[in-house]
Amino acid sequence: MKHKTAYLGMSLALALILSYVEALIPFHFGIPGIKLGLANLITVVMLCCVGAKEAFVVSVLRIVLAGFLFGNPFGILYGLSGGLLSFFVMYLLWRTKKLHVISVSVTGGIFHNIGQLAMAAAVVENKALFYYLPVLLAAGFATGLLIGILAQEMILRVKRRM
Amino acid sequence: MRAVAKRFGKRDLLFLGILSALLFLGCAVFYLTGLKQGAAAEVTVDGTLYGTYPLNRDRTVDIRIGDTRTNVLVIQNGTADMTEANCPDRLCVHQKAISRANETIVCLPNKVVVAIKGGRQRKLDATA
Repeated sequence: MKHKTAYLGMSLALALILSYVEALIPFHFGIPGIKLGLANLITVVMLCCVGAKEAFVVSVLRIVLAGFLFGNPFGILYGLSGGLLSFFVMYLLWRTKKLHVISVSVTGGIFHNIGQLAMAAAVVENKALFYYLPVLLAAGFATGLLIGILAQEMILRVKRRM
Repeated sequence: MRAVAKRFGKRDLLFLGILSALLFLGCAVFYLTGLKQGAAAEVTVDGTLYGTYPLNRDRTVDIRIGDTRTNVLVIQNGTADMTEANCPDRLCVHQKAISRANETIVCLPNKVVVAIKGGRQRKLDATA
């Protein structure tokens, strides 16, 4: 890739815009921790289309920057715990070369919520939080599915220009 | 670049099918077992017990850490609801009131957890 720095910068900017859009939409499902995770679209597209290293860097920078810009330090902590776990699971699954983008994204969504919930339970030192695990996993499945479909369509359209 | 040109494969169908079946089962168990009315709200701060408040007595609980009032818990009509918090995101305030056994409201920044404890089985319909 000829203009790698510029390209990664643009991806990061796009991910930050998606984080901003998500921060603008105030939706609460009664259970905290459930959200769309629109910015993970960029993580999935980059992992499947560009490379794991690039996807990882952009993903971590996006979480930290978005936390400072639109969120709070706690958001960064939970975003990172979910984001890192989901990234590594998605990376391993993608490396098996057995499944398509959509399955990778769904798995990522589920593990994002597992990571966040585990971090939350560790911080407040209370296992009672795991009561919500089934609902959070199902939510991760649903959001992962949506992000996966979007990512697949995006890849089909922009792949040639990457 | 492999596999990105194709949207979906047989293995994806199998994978997602099994996964969604498991999750559906998990949620079914969650809703079938989670219908017990709770008896008391147990407040813990940073892992240590702060206080237990029965749900059948209306009251307002100020949760204080040191000298600052960090959260306000209101117990009313058998439900517990966080109405105030001094943290920036106030996720716990946005959360709905809880009343069923094992439900929780969590304020992550203040490490405050409100958990509903124990209780009797929810009364069955008169026709049952």
